[in-house]
Amino acid sequence: MALIVGRSIADELRNGEAVQGRSLWQDARARFFRNRAATTGLVVLFLVGCFALFGQHLAAWSNEDIDWNLLGSVEELGGPNWENGHYFGVDELGRDLFARTVQGTQVSLMVGIVGALVSVVIGTLYGATAGFIGGRVDGAMMRTVDILMSIPYMFVLILMLVVFGRSLLMLFIGIGLISWLDMARIARGQTLSIKNKEFVEAAVATGVRPLTIILRHIVPNLLGVVIVYATLLVPSMIIYESFISFLGLGVQEPNTSWGALINSGASQMQYGTLWQIGFPLFFFVITLFAFFFVGDGLRDALDPKDR
Amino acid sequence: MNQPLLEATDVEVIFPVAGRGDWPWTPPRKLRAVSGVSVTVNEGETLGIVGESGSGKSTLARAIIGTVKASDGRILWKGDDLIGMTPETRRAHAKDFQMVFQDPLAALNPRMTVGQIIAEPLTTHFPNTPKGEVREKVQEIMEKVGLLPNLVNRYPHEFSGGQCQRIGIARALILRPKLLICDEPVSALDVSVQAQVINLLKDIQQEFRLAIIFIAHDLSVVRHVSDRIAVMYLGRLVEEGPGKELISDPWHPYTKALIASVPVPDPEVERGRHRAALPGELPSPLAPPSGCVFRTRCPVARDSCTEIVPERRKEGTRMIACPFAPEEVPIGN
Repeated sequence: MALIVGRSIADELRNGEAVQGRSLWQDARARFFRNRAATTGLVVLFLVGCFALFGQHLAAWSNEDIDWNLLGSVEELGGPNWENGHYFGVDELGRDLFARTVQGTQVSLMVGIVGALVSVVIGTLYGATAGFIGGRVDGAMMRTVDILMSIPYMFVLILMLVVFGRSLLMLFIGIGLISWLDMARIARGQTLSIKNKEFVEAAVATGVRPLTIILRHIVPNLLGVVIVYATLLVPSMIIYESFISFLGLGVQEPNTSWGALINSGASQMQYGTLWQIGFPLFFFVITLFAFFFVGDGLRDALDPKDR
Repeated sequence: MNQPLLEATDVEVIFPVAGRGDWPWTPPRKLRAVSGVSVTVNEGETLGIVGESGSGKSTLARAIIGTVKASDGRILWKGDDLIGMTPETRRAHAKDFQMVFQDPLAALNPRMTVGQIIAEPLTTHFPNTPKGEVREKVQEIMEKVGLLPNLVNRYPHEFSGGQCQRIGIARALILRPKLLICDEPVSALDVSVQAQVINLLKDIQQEFRLAIIFIAHDLSVVRHVSDRIAVMYLGRLVEEGPGKELISDPWHPYTKALIASVPVPDPEVERGRHRAALPGELPSPLAPPSGCVFRTRCPVARDSCTEIVPERRKEGTRMIACPFAPEEVPIGN
């Protein structure tokens, strides 16, 4: 009897549905969600994202309207107030700070995400290609990166913004131009170690085309490092944009960003309108912390040996 | 006699080695990993290649499979020269010979499922195969190598070393190649699993009429599978011949030393055996000894060995690269 049962189980295994395996990504996801700080960070990021996407529907005021009632007396009456609809108070021109913060959050997050996206796509492919081909091509490609890196980018960006005019597009281009350089180096270094693995050799020996090898065998295996670096790159891009906006060169009025809001808040600090710097700064800080925690969590989750 | 499946003549592989702290324009030193090696493989035959680490046996395999460029010589596949081909034609030929690697887990992409890994040669060379047929073929070959076909969606890290090697063999076999190059396929496995994998290879060889180049540093494994055995030392072929003959009556002093170093699984016999270990270390391939490369460790080396590079001689079915063997080399050293 037991024998028959055993055989039927074996038959079932042989003929039955394919067993689903657990991929390394699934393992990493489980590890990530066990990390409390990282999960909290992800929740915070989700909330900040919702704030940026849907915040304008909650605002009682448009970000462009000036509340003439408060214009002359921002210091005394412009603070956060539930009754008149200025939840975060008003800025020095009497505009609703809640709506302005929503707008600034949108711009800052966009800058961070676009910068990180450019770096992930271009940097990874560029670095993987250079590393995989190797030799002179690698040398030429990486020296180009070195040269671009040696140019003081802040200077170039400021020049660009002055020459071509200050616009959001120019800011994206400028940030996109520099953000992929570090990523290219990281991707190349990883590729050099991956391309000597036997599974890449097996693919070469089988006759898989170089581009397919890069996309199918190399990129998925360096994605772990790339994702971690990208989550840490988003906050640095946000800081970068904030710094430029703080200098007064970034986004232009009436558009705004966290950096611009903090800048104008800081210039009004002497009049005691602390809410003007406090609210943008709060969002800025929690978002950066959340990104850093998520990045840390991802690093631990994707590379458990490396702790 | 038919045309041999694979005929490699005077294959040379030279790696440029840049010295530490060299200027970019200093010419790199040349490391001759394989120099002047000729081997032939006939259909359905197993050629064993033995030699210690650094003897160039893996590099020879890679030159044949095409992942390392041979700097000189000819490698003929059924009469077509593989070295002179354009990458495109070369890729088309790749489906006729496949490779099984040493480290079973490292040879499988950790981000792909077993099904995707095994199907890769098929989807590469026949990209228009319908999905259902690919799946069918994958499961068929999995069963053939002794894997449960319902494990197609598992990932490599969920398997043991022996199972991973079976996956590697399944991937190599899915296109029904004519030649399988096994680069130390069992040295990373433990002994019981080694036997399973070797028996699997033998079964498959019979079924598919497969030629195998079997590379190992362990003579006892090679002896078990090979029709003919080639012995390499420092990138050169020193002796080649039918497996049984070569093991029972080695000619070259190096082959003798190799065979003497194989332990006997009987403590009584083993204790009484005279072990003639080779003195010294393998010389650096960057600065190989003049004349015969083996002379620095050879028990019968003479003065003339420093000058004369030993010619390869054919004697019947055997090939030897020592002017004094077999007559003047004492038996068992």
